Amino acid sequence: MEKFSTHTGIGTPLRVSNVDTDQIIPAVYLKRVSRTGFEDGLFASWRADPSFILNVEPFDRGSVLVAGSDFGTGSSREHAVWALMDYGFRVVISSRFGEIFKGNSSKAGLLAATVEHSDVELLWKKIESRPGMELTVDLGAKTITAEDLVVRFEVDDYTRWRLMEGLDDIGLTLRHADDIDAYETTRPSHKPTTV
Amino acid sequence: MGRTLAEKVWDQHVVRHGEGQEPDLLYIDLHLVHEVTSPQAFDGLRMAGRPVRRPDLTVATEDHNVPTIDIDKPIADETSATQVSTLRRNVEEFGVRLYPMGDLNQGIVHMIGPELGLTQPGTTVVCGDSHTSTHGAFGALAFGIGTSEVEHVLATQTLPLRPFKTMAIEIDGALRPGVTSKDVILAVIAQIGTGGGAGYVLEYRGEAVRAMSMEARMTMCNMSIEAGGRAGMIAPDETTFDYLHDRPHAPQGAEWETALDAWRQLRTDDDAEFDTVVHIDASTLTPFVTWGTNPGQGVPLGDEVPDPEQIADEDKAASARKALAYMDLTPGTKLRDIAVDTVFLGSCTNARIEDLRAAADVMRGNHVADSVRMLVVPGSMKVKAQAEQEGLDAVFTEAGAEWRSAGCSMCLGMNPDQLEPGQRCASTSNRNFEGRQGKGGRTHLVSPLVAAATAVRGTLSSPEDLTPSVLTIA
Repeated sequence: MEKFSTHTGIGTPLRVSNVDTDQIIPAVYLKRVSRTGFEDGLFASWRADPSFILNVEPFDRGSVLVAGSDFGTGSSREHAVWALMDYGFRVVISSRFGEIFKGNSSKAGLLAATVEHSDVELLWKKIESRPGMELTVDLGAKTITAEDLVVRFEVDDYTRWRLMEGLDDIGLTLRHADDIDAYETTRPSHKPTTV
Repeated sequence: MGRTLAEKVWDQHVVRHGEGQEPDLLYIDLHLVHEVTSPQAFDGLRMAGRPVRRPDLTVATEDHNVPTIDIDKPIADETSATQVSTLRRNVEEFGVRLYPMGDLNQGIVHMIGPELGLTQPGTTVVCGDSHTSTHGAFGALAFGIGTSEVEHVLATQTLPLRPFKTMAIEIDGALRPGVTSKDVILAVIAQIGTGGGAGYVLEYRGEAVRAMSMEARMTMCNMSIEAGGRAGMIAPDETTFDYLHDRPHAPQGAEWETALDAWRQLRTDDDAEFDTVVHIDASTLTPFVTWGTNPGQGVPLGDEVPDPEQIADEDKAASARKALAYMDLTPGTKLRDIAVDTVFLGSCTNARIEDLRAAADVMRGNHVADSVRMLVVPGSMKVKAQAEQEGLDAVFTEAGAEWRSAGCSMCLGMNPDQLEPGQRCASTSNRNFEGRQGKGGRTHLVSPLVAAATAVRGTLSSPEDLTPSVLTIA
């Protein structure tokens, strides 16, 4: 995973709440067996509308998505994270995220930054006042800067550390293989097996 | 202080307590795999040269992409066929057991775990599918994961997990005839919202829950994710043990007794404290249906489509306006006046034998309205066989419904069973998101009883609306 410390890019306002992962990428786009190439599916239904924000210059070149509350609810499809990243987003900002989406983001290297909803409103106003405005997201300081506006965001410290170090979760866990071996000797014999 | 059920199961699975900000590492007892969220995970293993650590705790099936008719023929859609053949290649290479299309044990991944007796009280269960919460009905800690986590579990049989909060959903009183656990969970979601459970494991408790069958409990736990919950759980009891007894993978002989002793400890201690408690009075509930595009946008069937202008919260009002535009509904319309052209009885929420029996009781001697197409899709081949043995298939086909083979079917637009743009469906599935059942399709989430009555009348209805009135005990 690529290390993440700070990121600067165009802010794209998505003034919609309850954006479920079926909207981020409809099921019909999940049939790929590779890990890349999902950008076509990103918001596929909404992109059919010419006025949708990703069809509007310069927001179509955004890399920081500022969304309404409850972003990424519903299906566990990590493809939603891949589609956002394949399109070019590195950060999504919302006041609340779907739990599985947030977990998936942290694994794939997309920063899901949680801010107060009032701050989402401020960011929307700011980036709409001057389309193309770049936001700077500083993971170390946990701040988002849009010109003179500075907003704090929340991300759990473990996720922050992993993103900043670009660490692979499986590699981290396998350092504790002895603990897993030890645990397995204690499992009750009535636990099921699939064979 | 006492512990909640969820905390007990968590504690039993800690491989290693995290230091500082590091999360605890939890052992996973059962990993369910399907064709959509696993190919990139197996690829990851291959690239890193890692094996599946415990193929004996892993099981796979084909469900999301599979057609539900002509299942003896090759899958026509090329990309769906590739996804299924990729899974078959992967399980072969990594030594994982698969129940493929056509197998007597094939079905939706959340159907087959319980049916095979693999889902057991006090286990940790994961799957690359958000409706893994279904398995919590057995007192398992069960939750959906993404593909990176699928790879993690395949490689290590563990997951680093952030702690959760606990929420008690106390469902007191008894449900009235004709009111099901589907109505209860839709009412819960409408009350706490689609994000209300975020960060929580929900435990369903109370008199109404104790009285529910395993099937009804699974329906409720299944939709915990629709309330934003990490998982949903119900303490195991005699109903649970009776369901599991003699299932193929349930403990046998002396092991069964040992297991029972352990399972009986799996209940929230009297002095345990939940972070949040929500109360629902079951005796006041009536059939519940959704009018909008998220599962929290629901009302009792007897109500009208709400007016966004009457919603105080501006965010919710905006969401309602957008939903009504998509659903092509006008505020003030009686729900019972809404005509549908499709009825879908299926999905991991409501395609168990009890759901089919309840719907068949309503359909018996009735006919699907001329304007309606009804699909009946058993959740598993086991349920299909059982239903056919009981003659339920004949009830449905004689009523003019389509009787199909097992799969996710019209719950999500990934296989041939899809709505056309603009079509309106009463669906026993779990999500009414825009386009969920096919691009441009409109979904009303309902119980199997409401689905059946709606199929007969052509408008959203409950069995009470039929002449002569049909009222089945849920």
